[in-house]
Amino acid sequence: MIEILDVCKTYGTGNRALRDINITIEDGEFVFIMGRSGSGKTTLLRLLVKEEEPTSGEIIVNDRELRCMPRRHIPRYRRSLGIVFQDFRLLKDRNVFENVAFAQRVVGASSRAIRESVPEMLKLVGLSAKYKSLPQHLSGGEQQRVAIARALINRPEVLLADEPTGNLDYQNAVEIMDLLWDINQMGTTVVVVTHSQEMVDLMGGRVITLDKGQVLSDEIRDGFRDED
Amino acid sequence: MRISVLWYCFKQGIKNIFKNVWFSLASVATISASVFLFCLFFSILTNIQFMVKNMESTVGITVLFDEGLSETDILALGAAIGGRSEIKEMTYISSEEAWESFQKDYFAGHEELAAGFAEDNPLAGSASYEIHLHDISAQNEVVTWMQGLDGVRQVNYSNTIVEGFAGFNRVVGLLSLVITGVLLLVAMFLISNTISVAAAFRKQESQIMRLIGATNFMIRAPFIVEGVVIGLIGAGIPLAGIYVLYTRSVTYLTERFSILSGVFMFLPMEELYPAMICVAMGLGVGIGFFGSFFTIRKYLKV
Repeated sequence: MIEILDVCKTYGTGNRALRDINITIEDGEFVFIMGRSGSGKTTLLRLLVKEEEPTSGEIIVNDRELRCMPRRHIPRYRRSLGIVFQDFRLLKDRNVFENVAFAQRVVGASSRAIRESVPEMLKLVGLSAKYKSLPQHLSGGEQQRVAIARALINRPEVLLADEPTGNLDYQNAVEIMDLLWDINQMGTTVVVVTHSQEMVDLMGGRVITLDKGQVLSDEIRDGFRDED
Repeated sequence: MRISVLWYCFKQGIKNIFKNVWFSLASVATISASVFLFCLFFSILTNIQFMVKNMESTVGITVLFDEGLSETDILALGAAIGGRSEIKEMTYISSEEAWESFQKDYFAGHEELAAGFAEDNPLAGSASYEIHLHDISAQNEVVTWMQGLDGVRQVNYSNTIVEGFAGFNRVVGLLSLVITGVLLLVAMFLISNTISVAAAFRKQESQIMRLIGATNFMIRAPFIVEGVVIGLIGAGIPLAGIYVLYTRSVTYLTERFSILSGVFMFLPMEELYPAMICVAMGLGVGIGFFGSFFTIRKYLKV
């Protein structure tokens, strides 16, 4: 469970990125955090990843209070999260298999575990046939699938996706959202930060809207896909 | 820590070296130059110290006593001299022993020439002490003290060679310290630059590593490996060079200046090399490790 309690974030310049944010996300939920540029959604994500500290308030992720967390425990905490970026952030000098395996190598997984789990994960995201390809030889949608496989390979409890469809055309964006939905159905909590009204309208579900650093609304919406 | 993780870090470090091959070569060259100069000065200084030590055991002080002084008084003075801590060993040579030794040295084969002095020792009153010190640098102080003793007629000692060597040793030591120090700083700066470039090249990779839960060790280790390997190569090249240079130079000098073999005695390579390897490798690895460690601390913060 993710609990964000009275969180404020003010930068040194005096810019108040977040004000009195209170959000609770239960285990296994699929949540959109929506808002225009500058609404504070990326800041919120950075706080969840513990890249930044809130100016005030508390964030508790699966019973871990982030403010009190010693620095040496941060890597272990981050392993419980999977992170997907808008720009994929794949390593261009390594093929699909190595990009996914990379996430396991850095947490000290054995070579045997890597050999077993990477093909399984590539099958899940539908890229088994392209495991030898370099990222630059893949489409945007495929690159994002690799990024999702990398985020999931260490079996995180929560998947955080920052504008995962921002660089994709409509068809690829829908496919990625479907993939994230499938992952959620397998039990992983999924938090998608987006400014795409189109995707939110399509998928529906819980939508938290931020505006000028505050929660404007937190509601359950019907998606067009459900209507189809 | 798994062996596979260490192996992964090692491989990434080696890859880094080849990704920025020109920077790596520049770092290797600078470390090589510093370590080469260090080894050169190390050989010179160690050899000078070896020669000075040799002299300490061969160059002695001779103390002669006033004529007419009884042997009991001479032995009493000897006991006073022997009480000083600087003195390593001392030998009493009576006037009879001195005359016997003289005969052996100068009348060998012509003993009949010395027969005329049979009843009259020409070296009567030449009883002396032959003294060797622990440390030749204390010679002046001990000599001055002995010259001030009642009953001491003369103190013979050789100062010029020892002082010359000690002075040369000091100058070379100081010079080597300054030059090696400056070169080590330059090497440190260059290796820091190489690691900075590698860190910039791998910035995205390091960011991803950080966000997916890699520890500081895992992020930094490849850069440290890079620095240490560069340091090792940088130290290995001059060590090989010095080995060849030293053995050839010693052979040449010994053959060319055989007349001075009593003064210029060189330390054999097998005695000099183990210490040199340890110090030079330590320097190379030290520069590589600390250069990369402090640079990477600045660039990669979790």
